[in-house]
Amino acid sequence: MIQFLSFLISGISLGSVYAIIALGYSMVYGIAKMLNFAHGDVIMIGAYIAFCTVQYLHLPPLVAVLAAVVVCTVLGILIEGLAYKPLRQASSLAVLITAIGMSYLLQNVALLIWGANPKSFPSVISLGTLSLFDGRLRITSETFVTILANIVIMIALTLFTNRTKMGKAMRCVSEDKGAAELMGVNVNSTISMTFAIGSALAAVAGVLLCSSYPTLMPTTGAMPGIKAFTAAVFGGIGSIPGALIGGLLLGVIEILGRAYISTELSDAIVFAVLIVVLLVKPTGLLGKPTHEKV
Amino acid sequence: MSLLKIDNIHVYYGAIHAIKGISFEVEEDEIVTLIGSNGAGKSTTLNTIAGLLKPRSGSVTFDGKSLTSMPTNKVVSQGIALCPEGRRIFQQMTVRENLEMGGFTRPDKEIPDTIDEMFQRFPRLKEREKQIAGTLSGGEQQMLAMARALMSKPRLLMLDEPSMGLAPILVEQIFGIIKELHAAGTTILLVEQNAQMALSVADRAYVLETGKLTMEGNARDLLTNDNVRKAYLGN
Repeated sequence: MIQFLSFLISGISLGSVYAIIALGYSMVYGIAKMLNFAHGDVIMIGAYIAFCTVQYLHLPPLVAVLAAVVVCTVLGILIEGLAYKPLRQASSLAVLITAIGMSYLLQNVALLIWGANPKSFPSVISLGTLSLFDGRLRITSETFVTILANIVIMIALTLFTNRTKMGKAMRCVSEDKGAAELMGVNVNSTISMTFAIGSALAAVAGVLLCSSYPTLMPTTGAMPGIKAFTAAVFGGIGSIPGALIGGLLLGVIEILGRAYISTELSDAIVFAVLIVVLLVKPTGLLGKPTHEKV
Repeated sequence: MSLLKIDNIHVYYGAIHAIKGISFEVEEDEIVTLIGSNGAGKSTTLNTIAGLLKPRSGSVTFDGKSLTSMPTNKVVSQGIALCPEGRRIFQQMTVRENLEMGGFTRPDKEIPDTIDEMFQRFPRLKEREKQIAGTLSGGEQQMLAMARALMSKPRLLMLDEPSMGLAPILVEQIFGIIKELHAAGTTILLVEQNAQMALSVADRAYVLETGKLTMEGNARDLLTNDNVRKAYLGN
């Protein structure tokens, strides 16, 4: 029982990372109607930035997180402005292929700068471990901070999109770009801002991910990126609570599958569940079917 | 000087020449209507004024300022609001949020008062304030779309097919509101397929046929013009 609880908590922690990444995918999809496959690699860049800040500049962990967030935010705006904005009127296939190209570009730039050897990521969160039930249930501070960060981010983003003027403008753009423009919303800057927010979240996710799973290499972001994309689709792409639920479920399924069914098959199980969900509910768990009233 | 001046604009959709050199003007405090059949280019004209489409040649001038290459979000700040065809309200937002978005270009602190003004003019919207806009009836959605456009306090309100898909009693109501808005001093450019109603509220009218203006004049005169009656009024 306690072991199960321990797996569950690990699952929620991993799921929280997926949820934070999935938010980036989901928000960008909601606004720009494109799948930014380079999103996972922004995570990796964020982790490398944090790594360098701690390892070479010997700055405190919090500064490392901030540095990662700043660099990734700028990177996100640059990626959108240079690669995706010129394709605003192009077919979605062209945009998709550009995004995949951008993903490989980031991986190879990282390979050039940091090399192919894995770096051992120093945990930026070291507050000790919480022991419960006579030490039979141990919760690391990484786990705790990850879950907490996820909760804070979800609440903050929900408040931002529901309460602030910019947040509401984002919702308008995601629903109807033309109508949003007619209200006076600058659609281009709203899209840039969405990429900025998504990439800042990716930086946080990168640091959290590598604090729990400390191997850092240029392909580190690829698999979590794909899984978070799965989580976003699972929960209903374009929806904030959907990203949260999709991410958490995916993390829990992965960890429990690994623990009780098969280590090798855990990824297969995750994607199999996605297929089943999409067969039953093609718009994802919380996705709304689009319908028009005339 | 007229408030809005369209000078010889040509608009294309890809290879399709949708607007073939039209020119017209709207004076302050007028209701001007563009009538014409489906596909004549009425909505294209309004979308071009709003900046959603760019004319390949010709110019759009508002209050002496060129709008020809201005992005839509800047056109709104100049004082032009377009209530688009098919209403295009934000279905997943509440009625109040839709109105707030209508006032996007205005200072935040003036918004609540303007929303109250809209609720006075459209009491049904007040009752529906917290409701998700997609759940409103067609008539209520049209009222919301008009109120949302008015939230920017436009000097020129452009209405694209406000009667589309509405029951006759609601059409009467919408046109009643258009008259009231005009009486309150709003300049209106109205695009309608319901030529009868449009001509009965408008001061002046232009007839648009496959991208060209074929007739213009006093709305009352056009209402009794034989050609117009045959082509657009069904008798």
